[in-house]
Amino acid sequence: MSAARVAAITGKRSGPALSAQDLAKRFGDRVAFQDVSFEIGYGEVFGFLGPNGAGKTTTVRTLGTLIAPTSGSATVAGLPLTPENGVAIRQRISIMPEAPGLYLRLTVRENLECFAGLYALPDAHQRIDRALQAVNLAGRANDPCGKLSKGLRQRVSLARALLNDADVLFLDEPTSGLDPVAAREVHDLIDGLRRQGVTIFLTTHRLEEAERLCDRVALLNTTLRAIGRPAELRDQLFAKTLAVSTVVPLPDPGVVFGSLPAVKSWQQTVAGDYILTVTDTTVAAPVVTRALVAAGADVLSIAVSQHTLEDVYLELIDEDVEAGTKAGTK
Amino acid sequence: MSTHATHVQALYRKELRDYRHNGYILGTMATIPLGILVFPLILVLALPASAASTFQAGDPLVILLGIPALVPSILAGYAVVGEREQGTLEPVLTTPIRREELVLAKALAALVPSLTVAYVVYALFLTITRLFAQPAVASAVLQVPDVLVQVIFTPLIALLSIWVCIAISTRSNDVRVAMQLGAVTGLPVLLVVYLITFSVIPATLGLAVGIGAALLILDGIGWRLVSSLFNRERLITSTR
Repeated sequence: MSAARVAAITGKRSGPALSAQDLAKRFGDRVAFQDVSFEIGYGEVFGFLGPNGAGKTTTVRTLGTLIAPTSGSATVAGLPLTPENGVAIRQRISIMPEAPGLYLRLTVRENLECFAGLYALPDAHQRIDRALQAVNLAGRANDPCGKLSKGLRQRVSLARALLNDADVLFLDEPTSGLDPVAAREVHDLIDGLRRQGVTIFLTTHRLEEAERLCDRVALLNTTLRAIGRPAELRDQLFAKTLAVSTVVPLPDPGVVFGSLPAVKSWQQTVAGDYILTVTDTTVAAPVVTRALVAAGADVLSIAVSQHTLEDVYLELIDEDVEAGTKAGTK
Repeated sequence: MSTHATHVQALYRKELRDYRHNGYILGTMATIPLGILVFPLILVLALPASAASTFQAGDPLVILLGIPALVPSILAGYAVVGEREQGTLEPVLTTPIRREELVLAKALAALVPSLTVAYVVYALFLTITRLFAQPAVASAVLQVPDVLVQVIFTPLIALLSIWVCIAISTRSNDVRVAMQLGAVTGLPVLLVVYLITFSVIPATLGLAVGIGAALLILDGIGWRLVSSLFNRERLITSTR
Protein backbone atom coordinates (compact mmCIF):
# COMPACT_ATOMS: atom_id res chain seq x y z
CA MET A 1 0.00 0.00 0.00
CA SER A 2 1.43 3.36 -1.00
CA ALA A 3 1.92 6.24 1.42
CA ALA A 4 -0.56 8.23 -0.66
CA ARG A 5 -3.16 5.54 -0.17
CA VAL A 6 -2.53 5.43 3.56
CA ALA A 7 -2.97 9.18 3.70
CA ALA A 8 -6.10 8.91 1.62
CA ILE A 9 -7.59 6.28 3.88
CA THR A 10 -6.67 7.85 7.17
CA GLY A 11 -7.34 11.40 6.07
CA LYS A 12 -10.50 11.21 4.02
CA ARG A 13 -12.41 8.54 5.89
CA SER A 14 -14.33 9.63 8.91
CA GLY A 15 -15.68 7.32 11.56
CA PRO A 16 -14.34 3.95 12.53
CA ALA A 17 -12.94 1.42 10.07
CA LEU A 18 -14.85 -1.25 11.88
CA SER A 19 -17.44 -1.12 14.60
CA ALA A 20 -19.77 -3.59 16.25
CA GLN A 21 -22.63 -2.97 18.64
CA ASP A 22 -24.02 -5.88 20.65
CA LEU A 23 -23.24 -8.18 17.77
CA ALA A 24 -24.25 -11.80 18.26
CA LYS A 25 -24.43 -15.02 16.29
CA ARG A 26 -26.26 -18.15 17.34
CA PHE A 27 -26.55 -21.46 15.56
CA GLY A 28 -29.80 -22.82 16.97
CA ASP A 29 -29.31 -23.04 20.71
CA ARG A 30 -25.55 -22.70 20.50
CA VAL A 31 -24.11 -19.24 21.02
CA ALA A 32 -21.09 -18.63 18.78
CA PHE A 33 -20.53 -15.14 20.22
CA GLN A 34 -22.67 -12.45 21.81
CA ASP A 35 -22.54 -8.93 23.22
CA VAL A 36 -19.59 -8.02 21.05
CA SER A 37 -19.06 -4.28 20.84
CA PHE A 38 -15.96 -2.39 19.73
CA GLU A 39 -14.67 0.34 17.47
CA ILE A 40 -11.49 0.21 15.43
CA GLY A 41 -9.94 3.24 13.81
CA TYR A 42 -8.32 3.37 10.38
CA GLY A 43 -4.68 2.36 10.54
CA GLU A 44 -5.12 0.42 13.77
CA VAL A 45 -3.98 -3.15 14.29
CA PHE A 46 -6.58 -4.81 16.47
CA GLY A 47 -5.96 -8.18 18.04
CA PHE A 48 -8.91 -10.48 18.62
CA LEU A 49 -7.83 -13.09 21.13
CA GLY A 50 -9.53 -16.09 22.57
CA PRO A 51 -9.28 -19.81 23.08
CA ASN A 52 -10.37 -22.33 20.46
CA GLY A 53 -14.14 -22.20 20.00
CA ALA A 54 -14.40 -18.72 21.47
CA GLY A 55 -16.12 -17.38 18.35
CA LYS A 56 -13.22 -15.51 16.74
CA THR A 57 -13.54 -17.02 13.27
CA THR A 58 -17.32 -16.73 13.36
CA THR A 59 -16.94 -13.05 14.21
CA VAL A 60 -14.61 -12.55 11.24
CA ARG A 61 -17.00 -14.42 8.96
CA THR A 62 -19.87 -12.29 10.22
CA LEU A 63 -18.02 -9.02 9.69
CA GLY A 64 -16.88 -10.34 6.30
CA THR A 65 -20.54 -10.86 5.25
CA LEU A 66 -20.11 -14.61 4.90
CA ILE A 67 -22.67 -15.29 7.59
CA ALA A 68 -25.47 -13.11 8.92
CA PRO A 69 -25.51 -11.92 12.53
CA THR A 70 -28.41 -13.06 14.68
CA SER A 71 -28.65 -9.66 16.37
CA GLY A 72 -26.77 -6.44 16.84
CA SER A 73 -25.30 -4.10 14.27
CA ALA A 74 -21.94 -3.32 12.74
CA THR A 75 -20.24 -1.13 10.18
CA VAL A 76 -17.43 -2.48 8.05
CA ALA A 77 -15.16 -0.15 6.09
CA GLY A 78 -17.73 2.60 6.56
CA LEU A 79 -20.73 0.57 5.39
CA PRO A 80 -23.53 -0.82 7.55
CA LEU A 81 -23.39 -4.59 7.76
CA THR A 82 -26.51 -5.53 5.82
CA PRO A 83 -27.20 -8.18 3.17
CA GLU A 84 -27.64 -5.41 0.58
CA ASN A 85 -24.13 -4.11 1.28
CA GLY A 86 -22.50 -7.54 1.05
CA VAL A 87 -20.84 -7.06 -2.33
CA ALA A 88 -19.73 -3.46 -1.58
CA ILE A 89 -18.27 -4.50 1.78
CA ARG A 90 -16.42 -7.45 0.31
CA GLN A 91 -14.99 -5.12 -2.34
CA ARG A 92 -13.50 -2.94 0.42
CA ILE A 93 -12.15 -5.63 2.69
CA SER A 94 -9.91 -8.62 2.45
CA ILE A 95 -9.97 -11.80 4.49
CA MET A 96 -7.11 -14.19 4.93
CA PRO A 97 -8.76 -17.36 6.27
CA GLU A 98 -6.98 -19.67 8.66
CA ALA A 99 -6.50 -22.29 5.93
CA PRO A 100 -4.86 -20.79 2.83
CA GLY A 101 -7.36 -22.49 0.47
CA LEU A 102 -5.15 -22.23 -2.58
CA TYR A 103 -5.69 -24.02 -5.87
CA LEU A 104 -2.81 -26.43 -5.55
CA ARG A 105 -2.49 -27.37 -9.22
CA LEU A 106 -2.35 -23.72 -10.25
CA THR A 107 0.78 -21.62 -9.96
CA VAL A 108 1.14 -18.82 -7.45
CA ARG A 109 0.56 -16.25 -10.16
CA GLU A 110 -2.47 -18.09 -11.55
CA ASN A 111 -4.00 -18.17 -8.07
CA LEU A 112 -3.49 -14.45 -7.68
CA GLU A 113 -4.79 -13.75 -11.21
CA CYS A 114 -8.01 -15.53 -10.34
CA PHE A 115 -8.54 -13.37 -7.27
CA ALA A 116 -7.50 -10.18 -9.04
CA GLY A 117 -10.31 -11.00 -11.48
CA LEU A 118 -12.75 -11.68 -8.67
CA TYR A 119 -11.99 -8.19 -7.32
CA ALA A 120 -12.19 -6.85 -10.90
CA LEU A 121 -8.89 -5.03 -10.38
CA PRO A 122 -7.96 -2.86 -13.35
CA ASP A 123 -4.17 -3.10 -13.01
CA ALA A 124 -4.00 -6.74 -12.01
CA HIS A 125 -0.47 -7.51 -13.20
CA GLN A 126 1.14 -4.63 -11.33
CA ARG A 127 -0.81 -5.45 -8.18
CA ILE A 128 0.15 -9.12 -8.37
CA ASP A 129 3.81 -8.17 -8.78
CA ARG A 130 3.57 -5.78 -5.82
CA ALA A 131 1.85 -8.35 -3.63
CA LEU A 132 4.43 -11.01 -4.52
CA GLN A 133 7.26 -8.64 -3.71
CA ALA A 134 5.62 -7.71 -0.41
CA VAL A 135 5.65 -11.35 0.70
CA ASN A 136 9.04 -12.11 -0.87
CA LEU A 137 7.62 -14.58 -3.35
CA ALA A 138 8.43 -12.89 -6.66
CA GLY A 139 10.86 -15.68 -7.48
CA ARG A 140 8.26 -18.40 -6.91
CA ALA A 141 5.47 -16.87 -9.00
CA ASN A 142 5.42 -19.71 -11.50
CA ASP A 143 5.64 -22.55 -9.00
CA PRO A 144 2.52 -24.68 -8.49
CA CYS A 145 1.09 -23.95 -5.05
CA GLY A 146 0.98 -27.67 -4.31
CA LYS A 147 4.77 -27.74 -4.29
CA LEU A 148 5.13 -24.96 -1.72
CA SER A 149 5.73 -25.50 1.99
CA LYS A 150 3.01 -24.60 4.49
CA GLY A 151 4.77 -21.36 5.35
CA LEU A 152 5.05 -20.34 1.71
CA ARG A 153 1.39 -21.17 1.12
CA GLN A 154 0.53 -18.89 4.01
CA ARG A 155 2.55 -16.16 2.33
CA VAL A 156 0.66 -16.70 -0.93
CA SER A 157 -2.56 -16.43 1.03
CA LEU A 158 -1.35 -13.14 2.49
CA ALA A 159 -0.35 -11.88 -0.97
CA ARG A 160 -3.87 -12.73 -2.14
CA ALA A 161 -5.28 -10.68 0.73
CA LEU A 162 -3.10 -7.72 -0.23
CA LEU A 163 -4.24 -7.62 -3.86
CA ASN A 164 -7.15 -5.23 -3.50
CA ASP A 165 -5.51 -2.72 -1.10
CA ALA A 166 -8.34 -3.38 1.32
CA ASP A 167 -9.56 -0.73 3.74
CA VAL A 168 -9.74 -3.43 6.39
CA LEU A 169 -7.64 -6.58 6.33
CA PHE A 170 -8.87 -9.56 8.35
CA LEU A 171 -6.17 -12.05 9.24
CA ASP A 172 -7.61 -15.19 10.81
CA GLU A 173 -4.95 -17.12 12.71
CA PRO A 174 -2.27 -16.24 10.14
CA THR A 175 0.43 -18.26 11.86
CA SER A 176 -1.65 -21.27 12.78
CA GLY A 177 0.32 -24.47 12.29
CA LEU A 178 3.51 -22.71 11.22
CA ASP A 179 6.92 -23.47 12.65
CA PRO A 180 8.63 -20.65 14.60
CA VAL A 181 10.70 -19.49 11.62
CA ALA A 182 7.74 -19.36 9.25
CA ALA A 183 5.63 -17.70 11.94
CA ARG A 184 8.29 -15.05 12.43
CA GLU A 185 8.30 -14.36 8.70
CA VAL A 186 4.55 -13.81 8.77
CA HIS A 187 4.96 -11.58 11.84
CA ASP A 188 7.49 -9.48 9.96
CA LEU A 189 5.09 -9.14 7.05
CA ILE A 190 2.24 -8.05 9.32
CA ASP A 191 4.58 -5.68 11.08
CA GLY A 192 5.43 -4.19 7.70
CA LEU A 193 1.75 -3.70 6.92
CA ARG A 194 1.26 -2.08 10.33
CA ARG A 195 4.00 0.41 9.59
CA GLN A 196 2.29 1.20 6.30
CA GLY A 197 -0.89 2.09 8.15
CA VAL A 198 -3.07 -0.82 7.03
CA THR A 199 -6.09 -1.45 9.26
CA ILE A 200 -5.77 -5.02 10.47
CA PHE A 201 -8.17 -7.20 12.41
CA LEU A 202 -5.98 -10.04 13.65
CA THR A 203 -7.48 -13.09 15.29
CA THR A 204 -5.06 -15.27 17.14
CA HIS A 205 -4.55 -17.33 20.23
CA ARG A 206 -0.82 -16.65 20.11
CA LEU A 207 -0.45 -14.02 22.76
CA GLU A 208 3.10 -13.02 22.02
CA GLU A 209 1.93 -12.39 18.47
CA ALA A 210 -0.79 -10.03 19.64
CA GLU A 211 1.49 -8.33 22.15
CA ARG A 212 4.08 -7.68 19.48
CA LEU A 213 1.82 -6.62 16.64
CA CYS A 214 -1.36 -5.08 18.01
CA ASP A 215 -2.18 -1.56 19.11
CA ARG A 216 -5.20 -2.82 21.02
CA VAL A 217 -6.58 -6.23 21.79
CA ALA A 218 -9.95 -7.69 22.68
CA LEU A 219 -10.36 -10.92 24.54
CA LEU A 220 -13.29 -13.04 23.41
CA ASN A 221 -14.61 -16.10 25.13
CA THR A 222 -18.05 -16.22 23.50
CA THR A 223 -18.60 -12.81 25.11
CA LEU A 224 -16.12 -9.97 25.02
CA ARG A 225 -14.14 -10.19 28.27
CA ALA A 226 -11.79 -7.26 27.92
CA ILE A 227 -10.68 -4.67 25.43
CA GLY A 228 -7.83 -2.18 25.46
CA ARG A 229 -4.12 -1.71 24.97
CA PRO A 230 -2.08 -4.65 26.29
CA ALA A 231 -0.47 -2.40 28.92
CA GLU A 232 -3.86 -1.08 30.03
CA LEU A 233 -5.22 -4.59 30.44
CA ARG A 234 -2.19 -5.56 32.49
CA ASP A 235 -2.69 -2.54 34.72
CA GLN A 236 -6.41 -3.24 35.08
CA LEU A 237 -5.90 -6.82 36.09
CA PHE A 238 -2.65 -6.86 37.96
CA ALA A 239 -1.30 -4.71 40.77
CA LYS A 240 2.03 -2.98 40.18
CA THR A 241 4.65 -5.02 41.94
CA LEU A 242 8.38 -5.05 42.65
CA ALA A 243 10.34 -8.27 43.02
CA VAL A 244 13.07 -7.89 45.63
CA SER A 245 15.79 -10.46 46.22
CA THR A 246 18.41 -10.35 49.01
CA VAL A 247 21.38 -12.62 49.70
CA VAL A 248 20.27 -13.27 53.28
CA PRO A 249 16.63 -13.07 54.38
CA LEU A 250 15.80 -9.83 56.14
CA PRO A 251 15.53 -10.32 59.93
CA ASP A 252 12.40 -8.16 60.08
CA PRO A 253 11.04 -7.34 56.60
CA GLY A 254 7.94 -5.73 58.10
CA VAL A 255 10.06 -2.99 59.61
CA VAL A 256 11.84 -2.32 56.30
CA PHE A 257 8.82 -2.42 53.92
CA GLY A 258 5.96 -1.58 56.29
CA SER A 259 7.17 1.92 56.97
CA LEU A 260 7.34 2.93 53.30
CA PRO A 261 4.28 4.88 52.03
CA ALA A 262 4.98 3.75 48.43
CA VAL A 263 4.58 0.09 49.44
CA LYS A 264 0.98 -1.00 49.87
CA SER A 265 1.72 -4.58 50.93
CA TRP A 266 4.42 -7.19 50.78
CA GLN A 267 4.88 -10.92 50.98
CA GLN A 268 7.83 -13.27 51.15
CA THR A 269 7.78 -15.98 48.46
CA VAL A 270 10.92 -17.93 49.40
CA ALA A 271 13.69 -17.06 51.81
CA GLY A 272 15.19 -13.77 50.66
CA ASP A 273 12.62 -13.14 47.90
CA TYR A 274 9.82 -10.61 48.40
CA ILE A 275 6.97 -9.35 46.24
CA LEU A 276 5.97 -5.75 47.02
CA THR A 277 2.68 -4.28 45.85
CA VAL A 278 3.34 -0.60 45.22
CA THR A 279 1.47 2.49 44.11
CA ASP A 280 3.96 3.44 41.41
CA THR A 281 6.98 1.37 40.49
CA THR A 282 9.12 4.34 39.39
CA VAL A 283 8.58 6.06 42.77
CA ALA A 284 8.78 2.92 44.88
CA ALA A 285 11.91 1.30 43.41
CA PRO A 286 14.43 3.98 44.57
CA VAL A 287 12.70 4.30 47.96
CA VAL A 288 12.82 0.54 48.55
CA THR A 289 16.47 0.41 47.45
CA ARG A 290 17.41 3.11 49.93
CA ALA A 291 15.45 1.41 52.73
CA LEU A 292 17.17 -1.92 52.07
CA VAL A 293 20.61 -0.33 52.03
CA ALA A 294 19.80 1.55 55.25
CA ALA A 295 18.74 -1.75 56.84
CA GLY A 296 22.10 -3.26 55.90
CA ALA A 297 20.63 -5.81 53.47
CA ASP A 298 22.77 -7.32 50.72
CA VAL A 299 20.54 -6.65 47.74
CA LEU A 300 20.72 -9.12 44.84
CA SER A 301 18.09 -7.50 42.64
CA ILE A 302 15.10 -5.20 42.55
CA ALA A 303 12.94 -5.55 39.49
CA VAL A 304 9.55 -4.43 38.29
CA SER A 305 7.38 -7.54 37.89
CA GLN A 306 6.48 -7.87 34.22
CA HIS A 307 3.02 -9.25 33.56
CA THR A 308 2.54 -10.39 30.02
CA LEU A 309 -0.58 -10.43 27.89
CA GLU A 310 -0.54 -14.15 28.54
CA ASP A 311 -1.02 -13.45 32.25
CA VAL A 312 -4.00 -11.24 31.40
CA TYR A 313 -5.40 -13.88 29.08
CA LEU A 314 -5.01 -16.71 31.54
CA GLU A 315 -6.46 -14.65 34.37
CA LEU A 316 -9.61 -13.88 32.39
CA ILE A 317 -10.01 -17.32 30.89
CA ASP A 318 -9.46 -18.92 34.31
CA GLU A 319 -12.22 -16.70 35.67
CA ASP A 320 -14.53 -18.03 32.97
CA VAL A 321 -13.54 -21.62 33.71
CA GLU A 322 -14.15 -21.11 37.44
CA ALA A 323 -17.48 -19.42 36.77
CA GLY A 324 -18.45 -22.31 34.50
CA THR A 325 -17.44 -24.86 37.11
CA LYS A 326 -19.42 -23.10 39.83
CA ALA A 327 -22.46 -22.84 37.58
CA GLY A 328 -22.13 -26.53 36.79
CA THR A 329 -21.99 -27.59 40.43
CA LYS A 330 -25.01 -25.55 41.47
CA MET B 1 -29.89 -9.98 -11.44
CA SER B 2 -26.80 -7.99 -12.37
CA THR B 3 -23.63 -9.86 -13.21
CA HIS B 4 -20.06 -8.73 -13.43
CA ALA B 5 -18.45 -10.36 -16.47
CA THR B 6 -14.97 -10.04 -14.96
CA HIS B 7 -15.98 -12.09 -11.92
CA VAL B 8 -17.45 -14.84 -14.09
CA GLN B 9 -14.47 -14.79 -16.42
CA ALA B 10 -11.97 -15.01 -13.56
CA LEU B 11 -13.54 -18.09 -12.05
CA TYR B 12 -14.19 -19.68 -15.44
CA ARG B 13 -10.55 -19.20 -16.46
CA LYS B 14 -9.41 -20.68 -13.19
CA GLU B 15 -11.50 -23.79 -13.84
CA LEU B 16 -10.11 -24.23 -17.33
CA ARG B 17 -6.56 -23.80 -16.04
CA ASP B 18 -7.27 -26.43 -13.44
CA TYR B 19 -8.41 -28.85 -16.17
CA ARG B 20 -5.33 -28.03 -18.20
CA HIS B 21 -3.02 -28.75 -15.27
CA ASN B 22 -4.77 -32.08 -14.68
CA GLY B 23 -5.12 -33.79 -18.03
CA TYR B 24 -6.92 -36.75 -16.46
CA ILE B 25 -10.03 -34.62 -15.91
CA LEU B 26 -10.70 -34.15 -19.63
CA GLY B 27 -9.22 -37.53 -20.51
CA THR B 28 -11.67 -39.37 -18.29
CA MET B 29 -14.50 -37.14 -19.52
CA ALA B 30 -14.04 -38.66 -22.97
CA THR B 31 -14.35 -42.24 -21.69
CA ILE B 32 -18.14 -42.38 -21.27
CA PRO B 33 -18.88 -40.80 -24.70
CA LEU B 34 -16.59 -43.26 -26.42
CA GLY B 35 -18.52 -46.06 -24.71
CA ILE B 36 -21.82 -44.58 -25.87
CA LEU B 37 -20.41 -44.23 -29.40
CA VAL B 38 -19.89 -47.99 -29.77
CA PHE B 39 -23.55 -49.04 -30.02
CA PRO B 40 -24.66 -46.63 -32.79
CA LEU B 41 -21.45 -47.27 -34.69
CA ILE B 42 -22.04 -51.04 -34.68
CA LEU B 43 -25.64 -50.35 -35.68
CA VAL B 44 -24.58 -48.25 -38.65
CA LEU B 45 -21.54 -50.20 -39.83
CA ALA B 46 -23.21 -53.62 -39.62
CA LEU B 47 -26.27 -52.57 -41.59
CA PRO B 48 -26.48 -53.69 -45.23
CA ALA B 49 -27.43 -51.12 -47.87
CA SER B 50 -30.78 -52.82 -48.37
CA ALA B 51 -31.77 -52.07 -44.81
CA ALA B 52 -31.07 -48.31 -45.02
CA SER B 53 -34.75 -47.58 -45.45
CA THR B 54 -35.56 -49.21 -42.08
CA PHE B 55 -33.95 -46.30 -40.23
CA GLN B 56 -36.15 -44.05 -38.21
CA ALA B 57 -35.12 -40.43 -38.60
CA GLY B 58 -31.76 -39.93 -36.95
CA ASP B 59 -31.88 -43.05 -34.76
CA PRO B 60 -28.13 -43.49 -34.14
CA LEU B 61 -27.68 -39.78 -33.61
CA VAL B 62 -30.44 -39.75 -31.01
CA ILE B 63 -28.52 -42.31 -28.98
CA LEU B 64 -25.58 -39.94 -28.94
CA LEU B 65 -27.73 -37.35 -27.16
CA GLY B 66 -27.00 -39.33 -24.03
CA ILE B 67 -23.49 -37.84 -24.11
CA PRO B 68 -24.39 -34.26 -23.12
CA ALA B 69 -26.64 -35.67 -20.40
CA LEU B 70 -23.89 -37.71 -18.78
CA VAL B 71 -20.57 -36.01 -19.52
CA PRO B 72 -20.98 -32.77 -17.52
CA SER B 73 -22.35 -34.52 -14.44
CA ILE B 74 -18.94 -35.23 -12.93
CA LEU B 75 -17.61 -31.70 -13.35
CA ALA B 76 -20.85 -30.05 -12.28
CA GLY B 77 -21.34 -32.43 -9.38
CA TYR B 78 -17.91 -31.53 -8.08
CA ALA B 79 -18.29 -27.78 -8.72
CA VAL B 80 -19.36 -26.50 -5.30
CA VAL B 81 -18.99 -29.33 -2.80
CA GLY B 82 -15.60 -30.24 -4.27
CA GLU B 83 -14.25 -26.74 -3.72
CA ARG B 84 -15.77 -26.77 -0.29
CA GLU B 85 -14.03 -30.01 0.65
CA GLN B 86 -10.74 -28.69 -0.74
CA GLY B 87 -11.08 -25.56 1.39
CA THR B 88 -10.94 -23.28 -1.63
CA LEU B 89 -14.56 -22.14 -1.52
CA GLU B 90 -14.30 -19.82 1.48
CA PRO B 91 -11.58 -17.56 0.00
CA VAL B 92 -13.71 -17.19 -3.15
CA LEU B 93 -16.77 -16.33 -1.09
CA THR B 94 -14.86 -13.56 0.69
CA THR B 95 -14.53 -11.70 -2.63
CA PRO B 96 -17.23 -9.50 -4.19
CA ILE B 97 -18.46 -12.29 -6.48
CA ARG B 98 -22.24 -12.75 -6.35
CA ARG B 99 -23.73 -16.20 -6.06
CA GLU B 100 -25.34 -15.85 -9.50
CA GLU B 101 -21.91 -15.12 -10.98
CA LEU B 102 -20.26 -18.00 -9.17
CA VAL B 103 -22.91 -20.45 -10.30
CA LEU B 104 -22.75 -19.17 -13.88
CA ALA B 105 -18.95 -19.49 -13.99
CA LYS B 106 -19.16 -23.03 -12.68
CA ALA B 107 -21.83 -23.91 -15.25
CA LEU B 108 -19.83 -22.48 -18.14
CA ALA B 109 -16.72 -24.29 -16.97
CA ALA B 110 -18.62 -27.58 -17.11
CA LEU B 111 -20.50 -26.73 -20.31
CA VAL B 112 -17.62 -25.79 -22.60
CA PRO B 113 -15.51 -28.95 -22.21
CA SER B 114 -18.66 -31.09 -22.27
CA LEU B 115 -19.77 -29.56 -25.56
CA THR B 116 -16.29 -29.96 -26.96
CA VAL B 117 -16.22 -33.63 -26.06
CA ALA B 118 -19.77 -34.19 -27.38
CA TYR B 119 -19.14 -32.45 -30.70
CA VAL B 120 -15.81 -34.23 -31.20
CA VAL B 121 -17.56 -37.58 -30.66
CA TYR B 122 -20.33 -36.57 -33.10
CA ALA B 123 -17.70 -35.59 -35.65
CA LEU B 124 -15.98 -38.91 -35.11
CA PHE B 125 -19.27 -40.76 -35.62
CA LEU B 126 -20.12 -38.80 -38.76
CA THR B 127 -16.65 -39.29 -40.21
CA ILE B 128 -16.57 -43.04 -39.54
CA THR B 129 -20.09 -43.42 -40.90
CA ARG B 130 -19.23 -41.47 -44.06
CA LEU B 131 -16.04 -43.48 -44.62
CA PHE B 132 -17.00 -47.01 -43.61
CA ALA B 133 -20.78 -47.44 -43.69
CA GLN B 134 -22.66 -48.52 -46.81
CA PRO B 135 -23.25 -45.33 -48.85
CA ALA B 136 -27.01 -45.81 -48.70
CA VAL B 137 -26.87 -46.23 -44.91
CA ALA B 138 -24.58 -43.22 -44.58
CA SER B 139 -26.98 -41.11 -46.63
CA ALA B 140 -29.90 -42.25 -44.46
CA VAL B 141 -28.05 -41.40 -41.25
CA LEU B 142 -26.41 -38.16 -42.26
CA GLN B 143 -29.50 -36.07 -42.90
CA VAL B 144 -28.84 -32.34 -42.45
CA PRO B 145 -31.99 -31.71 -40.36
CA ASP B 146 -31.08 -34.58 -38.03
CA VAL B 147 -27.54 -33.31 -37.58
CA LEU B 148 -28.92 -29.82 -36.98
CA VAL B 149 -31.26 -31.11 -34.28
CA GLN B 150 -28.28 -32.86 -32.74
CA VAL B 151 -26.22 -29.67 -32.69
CA ILE B 152 -29.06 -27.64 -31.16
CA PHE B 153 -30.18 -30.19 -28.55
CA THR B 154 -26.71 -30.94 -27.27
CA PRO B 155 -26.12 -27.66 -25.34
CA LEU B 156 -29.73 -27.63 -24.11
CA ILE B 157 -29.43 -31.11 -22.63
CA ALA B 158 -25.93 -30.45 -21.28
CA LEU B 159 -27.02 -27.25 -19.56
CA LEU B 160 -30.02 -28.91 -17.93
CA SER B 161 -27.78 -31.67 -16.65
CA ILE B 162 -25.34 -29.06 -15.35
CA TRP B 163 -27.98 -27.08 -13.46
CA VAL B 164 -29.32 -30.22 -11.80
CA CYS B 165 -25.81 -31.37 -10.85
CA ILE B 166 -24.75 -27.97 -9.52
CA ALA B 167 -27.94 -27.84 -7.48
CA ILE B 168 -27.01 -31.20 -5.99
CA SER B 169 -23.44 -30.04 -5.44
CA THR B 170 -24.67 -26.89 -3.71
CA ARG B 171 -26.84 -28.80 -1.27
CA SER B 172 -24.61 -31.82 -0.76
CA ASN B 173 -22.01 -32.18 1.97
CA ASP B 174 -20.03 -34.97 0.37
CA VAL B 175 -18.39 -34.81 -3.03
CA ARG B 176 -18.84 -38.55 -3.62
CA VAL B 177 -22.58 -38.37 -3.01
CA ALA B 178 -22.87 -35.32 -5.25
CA MET B 179 -21.03 -36.97 -8.13
CA GLN B 180 -22.98 -40.21 -7.86
CA LEU B 181 -26.31 -38.40 -7.73
CA GLY B 182 -25.12 -36.21 -10.59
CA ALA B 183 -24.47 -39.26 -12.74
CA VAL B 184 -27.96 -40.59 -11.96
CA THR B 185 -29.59 -37.36 -13.18
CA GLY B 186 -28.57 -38.19 -16.75
CA LEU B 187 -30.65 -41.38 -16.71
CA PRO B 188 -34.07 -39.79 -17.48
CA VAL B 189 -32.59 -38.21 -20.60
CA LEU B 190 -31.07 -41.56 -21.58
CA LEU B 191 -34.46 -43.19 -21.04
CA VAL B 192 -36.19 -40.73 -23.39
CA VAL B 193 -33.38 -41.19 -25.92
CA TYR B 194 -33.77 -44.96 -25.92
CA LEU B 195 -37.57 -44.79 -26.05
CA ILE B 196 -37.22 -42.68 -29.19
CA THR B 197 -34.55 -44.99 -30.62
CA PHE B 198 -36.72 -48.06 -30.15
CA SER B 199 -39.77 -46.23 -31.54
CA VAL B 200 -41.71 -46.38 -28.28
CA ILE B 201 -41.97 -42.61 -28.65
CA PRO B 202 -42.27 -41.64 -32.32
CA ALA B 203 -39.65 -39.09 -33.39
CA THR B 204 -41.63 -36.27 -34.95
CA LEU B 205 -40.98 -32.61 -35.62
CA GLY B 206 -43.62 -31.71 -33.06
CA LEU B 207 -41.90 -33.80 -30.41
CA ALA B 208 -38.56 -32.19 -31.19
CA VAL B 209 -40.04 -28.68 -30.95
CA GLY B 210 -41.86 -29.56 -27.74
CA ILE B 211 -38.81 -31.04 -26.04
CA GLY B 212 -36.64 -28.19 -27.31
CA ALA B 213 -39.00 -25.58 -25.88
CA ALA B 214 -39.20 -27.39 -22.56
CA LEU B 215 -35.41 -27.60 -22.34
CA LEU B 216 -35.08 -23.90 -23.17
CA ILE B 217 -37.48 -22.95 -20.38
CA LEU B 218 -35.85 -25.29 -17.85
CA ASP B 219 -32.37 -24.02 -18.74
CA GLY B 220 -33.60 -20.44 -18.37
CA ILE B 221 -35.02 -20.93 -14.90
CA GLY B 222 -32.21 -23.30 -13.92
CA TRP B 223 -29.74 -20.46 -13.34
CA ARG B 224 -32.09 -18.56 -11.05
CA LEU B 225 -33.18 -21.67 -9.21
CA VAL B 226 -29.67 -22.96 -8.57
CA SER B 227 -28.50 -19.47 -7.55
CA SER B 228 -31.29 -19.30 -5.01
CA LEU B 229 -30.14 -22.63 -3.55
CA PHE B 230 -26.61 -21.29 -3.09
CA ASN B 231 -26.39 -20.25 0.55
CA ARG B 232 -23.05 -18.81 1.65
CA GLU B 233 -23.70 -19.33 5.33
CA ARG B 234 -24.74 -22.95 4.98
CA LEU B 235 -21.79 -23.69 2.73
CA ILE B 236 -19.35 -22.11 5.18
CA THR B 237 -20.71 -23.39 8.46
CA SER B 238 -22.64 -26.61 7.84
CA THR B 239 -20.80 -29.86 8.36
CA ARG B 240 -23.70 -32.25 7.86
